[in-house]
This record gives sequence, C-alpha cells and structure tokens, in this order.
Amino acid sequence: MNTTKSVIYSFMLFNILNICSINAAEILVNDGELIQDAIRKAGKGDTIKVMPGTYKETLYIDKENVTLSGVIIKGRRPLLDGENTRNDGILASGHGVVIENFQIQHYKANGIMTQGANNFIIRNNIVIGTSVYGIFPQFGKNGLVSHNIVSKVEDAAIYVGMCDNVDIVYNETYNSVMGIETENSHDVLVEGNFMHDNAVGFVASLVPGLPIKTAKNTIVRNNFIVNNNIDNFAPPGAIAAGLPSGVGAFIFAADEARFEGNIITNNVSAGIVFADHASLGASAPPDPAMDPRPDKAQVLKNVFVNNGLGPKDDIAALLEAAGIKKGPDVLSTGKGRKNCIQERSTITEAGTERWSECDADVTTVNVRSYRLEKPIESKALTLEQKGRITYLSVCTGCHTYATTIIGPPIAAVQATYKGKPEELVKYIKKPVKKWPGYPEMPPQDYLPDDVLLETAKYILELKP
Amino acid sequence: MRFKSLSVVTVIFTVLLACHGTVIAAERITLSSKCPPSFEKLENGLCELRSLYEFYNSPAGFGGLKTPLPEHQGGYSAEQIDLGRYLFFDPLLSGDKTKACSSCHQPGKGFSDGLARSVGIDNEVLERSAPSLWNVGFLKSLFWDGRAKSLQEQAKGPLFEKKEMNNTIENLEFSLNKNKTYRALFNIAYPESRTISVNEVSHALAAFQSSLVSLNSRYDRYAHGDQEALTEQERIGHTVFRSFAARCSQCHTPPLFTNQQLAVTAAPEPEGKEFDVGAEKISGQASLRGAFKVPTLRNITLSAPFMHSGALADLESVISFYNNERGHAVADQELQLHWHLVNPRLNEDDEFALLAFLKTLEDETTLPRVPEVLPSGLLLKEAPMYTAQSIP
Repeated sequence: MNTTKSVIYSFMLFNILNICSINAAEILVNDGELIQDAIRKAGKGDTIKVMPGTYKETLYIDKENVTLSGVIIKGRRPLLDGENTRNDGILASGHGVVIENFQIQHYKANGIMTQGANNFIIRNNIVIGTSVYGIFPQFGKNGLVSHNIVSKVEDAAIYVGMCDNVDIVYNETYNSVMGIETENSHDVLVEGNFMHDNAVGFVASLVPGLPIKTAKNTIVRNNFIVNNNIDNFAPPGAIAAGLPSGVGAFIFAADEARFEGNIITNNVSAGIVFADHASLGASAPPDPAMDPRPDKAQVLKNVFVNNGLGPKDDIAALLEAAGIKKGPDVLSTGKGRKNCIQERSTITEAGTERWSECDADVTTVNVRSYRLEKPIESKALTLEQKGRITYLSVCTGCHTYATTIIGPPIAAVQATYKGKPEELVKYIKKPVKKWPGYPEMPPQDYLPDDVLLETAKYILELKP
Repeated sequence: MRFKSLSVVTVIFTVLLACHGTVIAAERITLSSKCPPSFEKLENGLCELRSLYEFYNSPAGFGGLKTPLPEHQGGYSAEQIDLGRYLFFDPLLSGDKTKACSSCHQPGKGFSDGLARSVGIDNEVLERSAPSLWNVGFLKSLFWDGRAKSLQEQAKGPLFEKKEMNNTIENLEFSLNKNKTYRALFNIAYPESRTISVNEVSHALAAFQSSLVSLNSRYDRYAHGDQEALTEQERIGHTVFRSFAARCSQCHTPPLFTNQQLAVTAAPEPEGKEFDVGAEKISGQASLRGAFKVPTLRNITLSAPFMHSGALADLESVISFYNNERGHAVADQELQLHWHLVNPRLNEDDEFALLAFLKTLEDETTLPRVPEVLPSGLLLKEAPMYTAQSIP
C-alpha cells in the first residue's frame, strides 16, 4: 500500500517538475533578428528576452501567458521604431501577456495596445511620440500599468478603455493631450503617477456610442497633477480635440470618481472639472443608453495650489459668462447627483451648489489595489463538456450521424475507429485524404490533446 | 415495380407543371426533429447553439481573440426552425405570391441579393440594400437603422410593407390556414395553437434565421490557436484590421465583427439617389443623421455591393473609402461623423493584406438546404442558387 502511494507521489512530483521545465522556455532575440519570429516560436508560458538594439516591426501576440521582456544593459534598452510609417508598436490579444523594458517610438497609431487580453502587465516602458495613444489596454480585466514614461502623444499618453480591475500606478506622462485617461471602465486605481505638462492631466470618461454603457469607480490617489497647460494638439475629429487645456483632471460623465491625497497645482484653467455629455468636450453624439451625468463623485482631502490663474479655451468662456475671473479648484458644469467634497472650506468651487460635504471619515485608503487576487482562469468546463462542445460546434458543420453532408457519416467513423479514440485523435489532428468522394478534412490540431481525446470519445459513443 | 414507375410519372408531371409555373403538389413534407448543425438538442427539446467561444471567460464579450460571444437568441425547437425554413423560401407569404424572404436574402449570395438596392414586389427599387442574415441571431437590433429590437418584430416589417412583400395580416393568416400542408406543419411545430396566426409565422421565421450561424472560418481557427490557419499576408491583414491606424476592429469587433452600434460613416449614395438620413428618422436625434448599424463582416466577401444602399461595388472600394479623408464622400450634409473615422493613410501592401484578411472570415459550412418543394406548391421566381453543400 505504502509503496503504491510513494510511487504515485513520486510520479506526481515528476510530472510537476516536468510541467515546470516544459513551461519555462526562454527565447533570446539579438539585435538584427525579428522579434515576431520569436513570438511565432513561443509557446504558452514562454519568455522572450530582447537584447538592446533597434527593431523596426509591428509586433502581435495572440498566445496566452507570453512575456515580452527587454534586456536593459547599462541603460540601453531595445528600441521599437515605427519611423512614423508603421501602424502600431505592439498589439497583444493573449491573456496574461507581460510587456516590459522597451522603448517604443514614432508609430502612426499606438505604442502598446492590448485587445481583449485579461491579466495583462505593462511596465517599465518608455513610449515617445505615438500618434494616438501611448499605452492602451482595451477590453480586458485584471491588469497593471506601472512605471512607464510616456510623452508626446496626440491623444492620451496612457489610456485604459473598457477595462475592469486595473491599477495604473507610478507612471510619468507629459507633453501629451491627456496624461492618463480611463474610459468606460470599472474599478480602476490611479495612484502615484506624475502627470505634468499635458493639456489635461487626468481624464475619466464615459464615451458615448461604445458597447460598454457605464464608467464607474475610479480612485485617483496620491498623484502629482501639475502644470497641465500646453495647447490641445489633438487632430480635428478626435473627441480629445474638444477638451479645454489647463485642466488638472477632467471627469466626463463617469461615475464614482474619487480623489484623495493628490497634489494638484498650477493648472491654469481649473483643478478638477466635472462635465456631463451635454456640456464641455461633448464632440460625440449623446447615447440614449447612457446616463450622461457624472454622479457620486468624492473630492476628499487633496492639496490644491495655484490652479485657475489664467483660464483657457471653453473654461475661460464658461467662467466669463458666469462673471468669474479665476478658475476654481473644483468646477462642475453639468448636472450630477450625490457628489461631495471633504473640507469644502479649504478650496475654491464653481457650479457645485448642489454638491454636499462628504462625511469626514470617508477615505479610499482601505483599497490597496483593484487587481484580482488570482488571475482570471479560463471558464471552468469539464473535459466532457469541452469534448461535446467541440463536436457540436466544429464537427457537425460537416458530419451527421447517418447521412452525408460534407464529410462521411459518424456511423462510418465509428465503424472504423471503434475502441480506438487515440487513433481518431491522430486523424483529427492531421487528416489525410482517406475516403473517396469526400473533400479533405482541415486539420484540427489547434485544440489541446485532452480536449481532442474527449471529442473523439464523444464521437465514438454518439447515438443515432 | 409498379410504384416506382408511377412515381417517375409523377416526377415528370411535376417537372412539366413546374416549367409552366403553376402549382405543384406538396405532400409528404415533414419537419426535421434534428437541430441544425452547431446546435445541441436539450432535454426540453429546444435547440441551443454550441461554439468554441464558450471556452472563454472574459468580461462583457467584446474584442480580442479568445472572448465569448454575446448571447445568442435561441430557444426554438428543431421543428420550429425547419418550419421557418419552408416559410422563408415560400412566396405564399407575399401579397401576390411572387416574393419570398429568400428573394432578397438568397443563400447563394451571402443571404443578400447581389443588388445595390433590393427590388420589391412591383419591381420597384427600394431605399436600401438587403443585409446579410449570417449570425443575425446575435443581434439586439435589426434593419440598417436598428429600428426593430427582435427578429420577430423585424419579420413583420417586410411582410406587410407595401413596397416589399405587400401582404396583410388577414391575408397571410388566411392563405396559411387554407393550406392543408401548412396546417399540418404548424400543428407539429406549435401543437398548442389551434389556428395559424402571424405570431407563429414570425416566430418560426426568427427560429430559422437564428440558425444561420457562421463561426468556423479560418479566422476562427486562428483565434482558437492554430497560427498556421492564416497565411503571412492574412496575418498582416489581421494586424492592419485591428491596428489603431485603420481601427476597423473598433466597430467591427470580434468575434461577431460588429459592435452592434449605430455609426455615422458618411458612406456615399449611388448616383442620383438622395441622401438617406438613417437612424435620425427613427430617433429624431440630429446626431444620428446618416447613422446606420455597423454590419457584421463575417462572410462579407459574399454580399457585394456594399454599404446601406450599395454604392460601393466591391471590398476594394470599401477599403479605399475608409482609407481617405473623413466625410469626403458626403460633402453637402451636416453630419456628426464617428470619431474613429480618421484617414489611416494605409499603404498599398496594407490595403491588399486587409482585403486578404477579410476573405478569411468566410464560412458557409452550416448553409441550410433550400426546400425542393414548398408547402404552398409555389415556385420561387428567383430560384435560389444551389451551392455544393446544399445539393441533396
């Protein structure tokens, strides 16, 4: 008994070791080689190490858990150069992607963009002069954007779009239209960032016309939001082109924006502006499926110094119409509900008549992070379910039990492979033309072996 | 022996009659109790869609490769789906018995009709083109301007529209109830309804259309992990498609290749046709002047010409329309153009690669069979093209 147990244990241990060694491959890319070739070779869990050098490519990562890591030697890091002709620097759609230690510059669109990737990490990159966004995770849950330096971007330097559970922390953004923007996102922590010398430092927005119809709960804490006074140089037509310059933070219809512990200084139009879809910056048509007002905002204890000394653009016009000369620390231009300010007597305000004083004990400090404790796993389906779904969704397009539609009937497959599911898996992975009068089957080797085995078993046991 | 020769005679007789365009017999039509390909028959007897996208677990179901699909509007029995198939192809549903749904949504033409603008009952040219029906069961709004909120609501549009099928509820119900075969078939699909009403008709049409699913293209194989499923040019095209220069995927969001929103793109009208205000007419909102629903790109190669009134003849023209200054094709209108319209300045290689990628979205493996005989005994004026897969 004991021996059996220890055999089983040692077998398990062996397997664990085996898995680790299989999953921990590292692929090295030297200057002069193509990074995309390495991505092509990489498997799940692999790390691609890129040596310092200049790489003129658009990269795409469509695999899971791939780490793309620049090697920094004596301050030299790998440079991805778009030369103002390539579209994007890095596009990633694989879950669990890590992108770190690169310099990315001069792309026509974005520096780094993830699309539909969960569990992403984008850190310690320098992004310069990309035309639309510097770093743009889109449609993802559970992510980290940290320690990046992003500048000279014609829209938002860091832009988190339609994402949930993201921390944007310890980044520097400057000389861009917006320093950091969150859009139609939920549960985002923006902490410890230095947003300076942009047209607008920080923006939380609910952009109309997008499939996600709400924007909720953004904590903006312990950031330096300083000197955001450069002219708005967004291209005409972009929503960003409608933003007034000189604003520390701009909340555009997003709910539950919570400011605490920030240093907000020397923004010439205003410290924080709250606007609804109908007022400032509304260069997109309203969306009837959205609540156009910023609600439940909390401006807690922050340091406001020297804001509003020379209002610009729409803010200047708005204040002038109201007979106000100096821009306030907090300006509300549209209707919003349940908004509050802590220690109101210490700051200047305009348009906030309907706001209340926040309770003295309200704070965000209990929230350390909005990232999830564990990465999001793939859906918990049993192998049996996966096999059945695979048969029904892929195989039934060409096979039925008894009749011929494109491929041979399942009854004939069962007659050939009865009791030999492994043989059937081999065929499914690499079909050879076997049955006269039928077209050749496309290989289905992109699914994992265990799923294919379960599919084969399902096929062999299928009843009429 | 005797029987055999008799049936041969019947067939010849039928064929002869068919050539004269008169009514032919429709006996022995029955409804399939099997769910269509890609559907699973549940214990309650209803068919439910199965797809590999069920493996994935992401928020909201938008964007990226391994993300789940939006909810599929199912809940139909195999018999209701099959009844819908007969109704879909049957000209009995139109006022003068000359037009079927399939007249404008032909299975051989990507469930469109190959025309810039469809042709209605008196050969009158309609305002807009016939949208493809592939994956229509996922859509939350229908028609180019999004005015219908369900397939059932949608079906009642063309049926009773004077310029389209020009039927009336009374006449539709009368002609179906009068037909012995349809009475029997509706009795199988809807045993609890004593007479046939327009509600069962639209329900069955919705059931059939919800079965038109295309999710096994080469693109899908790539998305599920087969990196060899696309050629290098197609992979580059995919990257152009989702780049933030071209921004195609921002509205044509995978896996459905539509985000189902309304968008003002300022697509041109065919020469001589006046500007179509689109969703402005339905909503009364000036901001939606010229707004149309973002169409899916699945099987897009099969349904030329393109845009709401077919002004662009081929995909090359569509790509060059978007690879140009925003609003260039409609100069005389005040429009709030979609902010994603920017001139991406794609080079020629990128344009070709994009075109190559669009072709990878083709998949017609679940193309339904066109009925050989209709319950009404009528013949289709526009014979639907048979494809290799639909040949019995």
